[in-house]
Amino acid sequence: MGLQAMTYLVVGLTFAIYIGIAIWARAGSTKDFYVAGGGVHPILNGMATGADWMSAASFISMAGLIANMGYGGGLFLMGWTGGYVLMACLLAPYLRKFGKFTVPSFVADRFYSNTAASVAVICLLTASITYIIGQMTGVGVAFSRFLGVSSEMGIYIGMAIVFMYAVFGGMKGITYTQVAQYIVLILAYTIPAIFISLQLTGNPLPQLGLGSNLSGADISLLARLDQVVTDLGFGKYTTSVPGSTLNMFVYTVSLMIGTAGLPHVIVRFFTVPSVAAARSSAGWALVFIAILYTTAPAVAAMAKLNLHATVNKAVMANGDMFAAENSLLYEERPDWMKRWEVTGLLKFTDKNNDGRIQYYNEKTTNTAVADKAAAAGWAGNELDVNADIIVLANPEIALLPNWVIALVAAGGLAAALSTAAGLLMAISAAVSHDLMKKIWFPSMTEKNELLAGKISMAVAIVISGWLGLNPPGFAAGTVALAFGIAASSLFPCLMLGIFNKKMNKEGAIAGMLAGLFVTLIYVFAHKGIFFIKGTEFLGLIGGANSFFGITPEAFGSIGALVNFGVAYAVSKFTPECPDHIQHMVEDVRTPRGSKLIGGAH
Amino acid sequence: MDKSGKAYWYAVLKLVGMILGVWFLAGYVFSILLAPALNNIHLGGYPLGFWFAHQGSIYIFVALIFIYAKLQGKLDEKFDVHEK
Repeated sequence: MGLQAMTYLVVGLTFAIYIGIAIWARAGSTKDFYVAGGGVHPILNGMATGADWMSAASFISMAGLIANMGYGGGLFLMGWTGGYVLMACLLAPYLRKFGKFTVPSFVADRFYSNTAASVAVICLLTASITYIIGQMTGVGVAFSRFLGVSSEMGIYIGMAIVFMYAVFGGMKGITYTQVAQYIVLILAYTIPAIFISLQLTGNPLPQLGLGSNLSGADISLLARLDQVVTDLGFGKYTTSVPGSTLNMFVYTVSLMIGTAGLPHVIVRFFTVPSVAAARSSAGWALVFIAILYTTAPAVAAMAKLNLHATVNKAVMANGDMFAAENSLLYEERPDWMKRWEVTGLLKFTDKNNDGRIQYYNEKTTNTAVADKAAAAGWAGNELDVNADIIVLANPEIALLPNWVIALVAAGGLAAALSTAAGLLMAISAAVSHDLMKKIWFPSMTEKNELLAGKISMAVAIVISGWLGLNPPGFAAGTVALAFGIAASSLFPCLMLGIFNKKMNKEGAIAGMLAGLFVTLIYVFAHKGIFFIKGTEFLGLIGGANSFFGITPEAFGSIGALVNFGVAYAVSKFTPECPDHIQHMVEDVRTPRGSKLIGGAH
Repeated sequence: MDKSGKAYWYAVLKLVGMILGVWFLAGYVFSILLAPALNNIHLGGYPLGFWFAHQGSIYIFVALIFIYAKLQGKLDEKFDVHEK
């Protein structure tokens, strides 16, 4: 069977499974629609959280970015796992005891204020929509390759499928569908990694293969990779840092606290039966996430080595990489390159007209490398590989069988769809339940509430799809911005709500607004107002990364500090938090007396 | 033994403080701040600082949550505030 037919078959089969489960578990009441009845087993909930969590950014984009960034890419690995520790011991058990099933309704009760809830809805919408833009970019990449169309067309098709999927499912459908999606995506991620690890090192476990010697050589894979990339003028793989150590530090903080502040993940911990289960659920979720996250660095390093080995024969033979005959002849390029050229995400420009592909860092500051390249007649880097294609192309680069390539396409789509659906649920709950039902139209019927939820999902898909056509960065980078927004606005508010019983509504509102505001200013200055190209205003903030060299993706942790600081200062000068609220906070701190969440209020 | 809400909350904060202390060591000290120094030590083919950033910290995070869940459960029973 040909690759295209095989891909259709595998993707079609997995979709049939998801749709089957969604129909079997179709949501009845609003409570079913949002939290699946509150009785999901911790291990199943862990898998579903894993699928929800591991988006197109984790599955498709992250390993590609790690391949580009090397050691510094570890900030994604740590940032997107370390947040679960915060979630487990700072938020999940307390929010579960509190017994509300959306973040804004916690804020409304804890800060005895509809204004605070409305501000929380704004923060939630800003973070979630930014997140979905990143998903749409990833969906576009996956569909464009899978259907052989341009990445724009891929985004349009992805929007249609995400819409049908999320609108007709609801949370219960989503919880069980996500268990199936987790299984598909984790198989799709690990199977090619095992194959490639075996090929390169003879060790079937990618986590160990990455630390092993190359087959038939007495040099470790990482040491060889370091040699190859430094010889070609790139930064040394095992030590290169993004910007500065300070930037890497705050970037990691931002991703971790953003994890703990993202509403679509928090809501997962309302669906477990007890406070104790909320704690262990976070652990199970992280176990299932860690399987992918510890494989990703192996995928990154091995794909990078394989990519260099494909375009330069000297990489594996340990020969002279600058010898003319070692560069790959464009006419002899492998089929996978031709397939990706169609999508526009892989490009070759023959700058020195020798018909061969030279792939190196033309901007290197290493003069020895620059001299060698010039002496060899290299006129600049000729291969442009979009980081977002690395994982999807990985099995093709390693020449694995067609069914593996097809499985990876199915896994990428599963990852993107499941996260987009989870985010859309959070958006729809915030708009229809927290804003419309509780604040604007309290007399709304349950039927109209569901309808409003579905309309808000559709609007969110159109906005994010449109912005996804001109994404502010690679999928993982865009998603990192969403984490920064959640980190600077929602996380401090939730933390203060639980750990500072004197925090009042004035402090919480001022803190959220200040954190969100400074973060958005910094991000929009770099990426354009609401990510619209051409509206950047870097001049006003004093140039790119002007705040101690911190990149906009990492700025969320600074926003969080501002949020905490402003909240404290304002709470000192405004009326104290009422007594009954302080008692409520004390009650939330002990597990006894937790109830299953009832009804839609 | 003091079984008041205050004593319980103090014990909880102490436990969370210890868990987050290890979390900080794994995720920030070994993986970022001390990584250049640790890279001189090798774990198989891995430089140690690189290993912490790309592998080790994640294993430690997983273990930490289960350890926390276990110890916190014991604490709840000790202060008789666990769910029935």
